Parts: sequence; C-alpha cells; structure tokens
Amino acid sequence: MTGKRTSLLLPNKNLTRRTALKGMGAAAGLMAAPGFVRYSQAQSSEPIRIGFQAHRTGIGAAYGRWYERVTTAAAQAINDAGGINGRPLEIVTEDDGTDPKRGAEVVEKFANQHKTDVVFGTLFSHVVVGSAPAAGELKMPYYVVSEGYHVASGSLNRYVFQPGITDVKAQVRAVGPWIAENVGKKITLVYPDYAFGHDHRDKFPERFEAAGGTVVGLVPIPPTETSFTRYFPQIPSDTEVIYHVMVGPGVLTFVKELGEFYGSSGPKLFGFIDSLEAVDINSPGLEFLDGSYFWEGMPRYLQPDASDAVKAYRAAVGIDDNGASVNDPKDVSTSAHMFGCWETLYIIKEAMEAAGYQGPADRAKLVEATEALTEFPEGPEHPQGLKVFSPMIHQSFGQQYISQVSGGKLNVVHTTSIEDGMYEPEADYTSMPL
Amino acid sequence: MAFGPYLFLATLEGLVMAAVLALTALGLSLVFGVMRVVNVAHGEFFMLGAVLAWAVATTVSGHPALGFLAALVVSPLIVGAVALVSERLVLRRVNYNPEATIVATIGILYILQQLALTFYGPEARPVVAPFDYRIRFPWFGYSAYKLSIVAASALVLAATWFLLARTRIGLVMRATQFDAETATAFGIPVDRVYAGVFAFGAMLAAVAAVLIVPIQQAHYLMGHDPLLLSFIVVIIGGLGSLRGTIVAALLIGLSDGIISVFFSPTLAKIIATMAVALVLVFRPQGLFGVAAR
Repeated sequence: MTGKRTSLLLPNKNLTRRTALKGMGAAAGLMAAPGFVRYSQAQSSEPIRIGFQAHRTGIGAAYGRWYERVTTAAAQAINDAGGINGRPLEIVTEDDGTDPKRGAEVVEKFANQHKTDVVFGTLFSHVVVGSAPAAGELKMPYYVVSEGYHVASGSLNRYVFQPGITDVKAQVRAVGPWIAENVGKKITLVYPDYAFGHDHRDKFPERFEAAGGTVVGLVPIPPTETSFTRYFPQIPSDTEVIYHVMVGPGVLTFVKELGEFYGSSGPKLFGFIDSLEAVDINSPGLEFLDGSYFWEGMPRYLQPDASDAVKAYRAAVGIDDNGASVNDPKDVSTSAHMFGCWETLYIIKEAMEAAGYQGPADRAKLVEATEALTEFPEGPEHPQGLKVFSPMIHQSFGQQYISQVSGGKLNVVHTTSIEDGMYEPEADYTSMPL
Repeated sequence: MAFGPYLFLATLEGLVMAAVLALTALGLSLVFGVMRVVNVAHGEFFMLGAVLAWAVATTVSGHPALGFLAALVVSPLIVGAVALVSERLVLRRVNYNPEATIVATIGILYILQQLALTFYGPEARPVVAPFDYRIRFPWFGYSAYKLSIVAASALVLAATWFLLARTRIGLVMRATQFDAETATAFGIPVDRVYAGVFAFGAMLAAVAAVLIVPIQQAHYLMGHDPLLLSFIVVIIGGLGSLRGTIVAALLIGLSDGIISVFFSPTLAKIIATMAVALVLVFRPQGLFGVAAR
C-alpha cells in the first residue's frame, strides 16, 4: 500500500498552541452548560436516582422494551403525585444485553459512575444471579422483578429484594393442584434447561403430586435452541397434559412446532405465558391453542371484572384491551410480568419514605425499612392484587391467574389465593450483616 | 413413540437442516475456493438476508406468499449488493491478504450486526410462511413448508452446479480458482471475478435465510450458528468443492438431526466438532478437496 498514511496512535504534530487553547475553552464551556450545573440548593431538591438495569438487547429484549415503558410510566405517575419525600424521581437506564457479566458491570457503573440511590428492574434470572454479588459488595439495594426463586432461596444477599412480583416456586405451587383437578393427572414438563426452568422442574411436582397428579416426563430444552420438533418425541405417549414454559426469541417457533407436531388431537396444554409473552396468540399457526390453559401473572386481555386500578394502570402504561401497545396493535406486551416494575417502584417509594431516605449514606436504613414492610394492599399502586411480603426471604406472595384461550383471547377462569402459593421461609436475610 | 417413526422424524429434521446448511456452506466454500480468503462475516450475510426478508414481507400486502416470494428475490439481491460494496471497500484494499481478510471480515461482522440492531431492533420477528399446510403422518404431524425447503434448496444447488460446470461464468470462476495468475495472463478479470464470487456467496446465504425465516424468526444474533456449522461443513467437505459441501452438509445435517433426536443436541455438536478434528488430522484437504499445490 502506498500513499499518505496518517497515524492513529501518535498525536497530530500540527497541534498548535491556538488549537489547544480552543479545545480547552470548549471543554470549559461544556462544563458550564446547563447539564453540568450541580445542584447548589439544599440536597432535598436533588432527584432520587433509580438505576434501571434493562434488557434492551439480547434474548430478553421483548421484555426489556416493556419493562422500560412501564418503568417510565410509573416514574411519571410518582413524579406527578409529588415524587418521593418531595423529591423527583429520575430513572437512569443502562442496557445489560441480558448478559450476567454485563449485568454485574452495569451495577458497578450505577454505583460508581451514575451514583444512583438504588438499582432496580432486572428480569432474567441468570442476570440477577450474576449481578447480585456486585450489588452486595457495593452495598447497593437491588430490587429485581425477575420471578426467579433465587431471591427467596436465600442464595443471594441482604441487598437483593423481589417485592413486586411472585417467584416461580409460589407460582407453580399455586397452579399445581388446579391442573391435577381440572386438566389432567399425567403431566410432562417442557422447560428451558437453566436455573429458571430448573425451578419449574424442582418446585412444581410437590403440590401437584399431593393433589393426585404424576409427572410422567421431563423434557429440558437448551436455552439457545432455535428448533424444537426434535424434542417432542421425548414426550411419553401416556401424557395427558403438556406443561410448557419457554423463553427467548424462539418462543413462537416452539409453540408453532408443538402445534404442527400434535395438531388439535394431542395432549391438553397448560403453559406459562412466558412461552407466548410479547407474541400475539392469534398468530398464524397458533389456532391449535384454542381451549388450552395459561398461567398469567396479570391478565393480558382486559377482563370484564377489571378494577378501576387495573384500568388506570393499563391506560398509564399504554396497552389496549388486547394487551398490545395503543400505538401498534402488533406490539404485544409482556403483561404477565411487567406490572412488577410498576409495583416495585411504588415499594421503593414506600420504603424510602419510611426510612426518611436522604442519600446513598442511608442505603442500609433503606434495606431495613424495606424489611419492615409486610403487606401491599390492592389499589392503584398495586393493580395486580394484594401482596404479602416475607422480610426473611425478601419475597412477596400474591395471587396467580389461570386463563383459557377462547375466541382468540385469554380469559381468566381461575384466580388462586395467596395462600395457595405460600411456603415457609427457607432462609433469613435479616440475620445477615448489613 | 416407536423406533420407526422416531427415526423418520429425525431424518426429516436432519434433511431440513442439511438443506439450509448446504446453501449457506456452499457460499462460504465458493468464496474460499476461488478467493482463498475466509469470510468470517458470512453468518451476518445470512442474518441480513433474514432481516431483509422480514422487511420486504411486511411491506408487501396481500397473500403471505406474495410477500415471501418478493423477499426471496429482493433480499438476496440487496445482500449481494452489500457484499459487493464491502468487497470493493474492504477486501480489495487489503489485497485479499488471508490474515488481514479474517480481521477485516470480523469487523464487517460486527458492523452488520450492530446496524441490524440499530435499525431492525433486538426483537425476533416472524415472516408468515407462503403456505400453511400440515402433513399428517400416522404418528405425528409435520409442516409441509419445512419439506418444501428441501426441494427449494435442491433447486438452488442444481442451478449453482449448472452455473459452475456449464456456463462461461463458471469456467472463468474455475479458472480463477485453479490458478489466479495464469488466469490473469489469459485476460480473465480476476479482480471482477473476486467481487462477483464474494457477492454470490453472500447471496446463497441470504437465500438460505429467506427459506428458514418462516420457521425461525429473524433476529440480529441469528448469524452465529450458521457460520459455525458452515465452517464445519466446509472443512469436512473440502474447501471449494461443490460435491464435498453437499455431501458434508447432508452428513452433518442428518447426523445432527438423528443424534439430537435420539440422544442430545450437545452430543451432536460434539461429534460434528470431533469429525472436523479428525478430518484436519487425517485428510486436511477435506473429503472431496484437492490438496493444495
């Protein structure tokens, strides 16, 4: 190669005193610009900064998009009502790529660079498990919206909370007996082969079997899989019910291939809506789902008996009666999970106000104040329903919805009670040092 | 399920996989065979084909088949154009130096991936299949569209063979592959052949992607697997050999289908990777490749 070459590494020799001065002047100007003005007033008017760890990219992107919308809407609602302790709320968003390693980096970035007061909003269980140690070391309160059992299991640390959404163990305990009584006794579990799926595999059988059911088959599917037909022959032929829970970009393929394999003559289906979150249940190829059942954390379709709080929540986050974006009917929400962001932000507000939270120095006080909470009554702040908080395991318990697909909609046919899902605490975070 | 139907299902799955793999790997193999460079961005051309297929299919209204057919034509053309531009702007500038090309195509890989993320977004989006028919076997149902992929792939492969073996363009390409310097001496515009082959290789990947996108949604990270599997196929089959690529694709596709149905997908990958190692040790030129001169 010939011709003029410019070096990327060595500084430009033409740098004159004048250019240098210009550059310094520009930098000084930037510092003085409005964005750089530090708050010179009393600290109390400075916003409370919530670090939002979002799955903007990676396999959790569909959830991330909706988690972000709900978070924005909730922050708006809280600010319109006067903020937290009179201070406005500011959401600082960082993408973790749905990657545990980046998740931990994002937590550190929130603590050291953005100097946020708390971190919140993580969904995918492997990211939570990857980020929690960083939150613990940095003594950063970390409020996840993950539904994984890892918080309640006691394997994380005192700074991690999951108050705004129920965990898998409670969910599967609540629906198990209902399936045995109403759908079928012989069940095969199809689940993703990592922590979240293992929670389903390990926690589902206990109450299902106590109600007379038997687990006849287990079909784990690697989380990166894109083709699923090859796994279906492993489903035993005496299966009465296929229990499916799938996540990631391949969910539509999974359900479609299940339909191709069995048609409408196969075993009955009970799915976790995770298998179809952000997917239109009227997509071509999904007709066979008619009559099948789904667990929903919160109903996607507006139910006839919906409370005013539910309607107000749906309007605030911008979803229509079918659970899709009001701006784009094809953009289906992750309704069964995203309410957790709304409720968790209100819980952070409640805890901060109880703690008289002033700034990062009060983080330990905030942890203790959160642990002092016991109940979140149903209402505009908690539209999904009443939650009972267990401080020992940092986990909330609440009701679950079972819906049936009919007429191209998901209609709630059963609502479990909070007690159906409850279990004795298996750990005690409150005894850990702060 | 009884053994017979089980094996039958496994074979069907394997055939579909082999069909897509053969197209993707052939593109990679041609580029290496003629240009002697490794195109690490090949999987991203595949991804780009799928993403563009979604874009085209959603702009065309009417019957889903119309959108699909439009995608089958338009998407590979755009991908070919993108490949042509990157060949002119990058590969030619590094003089097709094998090491530099690897690094450069890694760069192209990330550029394409991030562009897809920026403009298409992180979602997985489906393209509606041109027809929706479920074949009912006595033991299980199977998508007729999936089987049509095998037929479509066979057609494209036959056309490629015809192009390479029976046309003047093919002759020129083979001459360049055989000895680029002598070809130049005989007045073959090697430089333009390189550009054409690079674009054509990317177009084959794009065709494979359009065929697959009704059964797997378009997603900006979908290029990883095809790249890896294409390398496996190309190494086993022999670089630059059409016959070797097809045989290896069938071998890998079927064994992957059957092993992952009967045992586990992980074992299938282990065996495929081991086969690569064995081929590299005992027959470095591949099953059907010609030893380097």
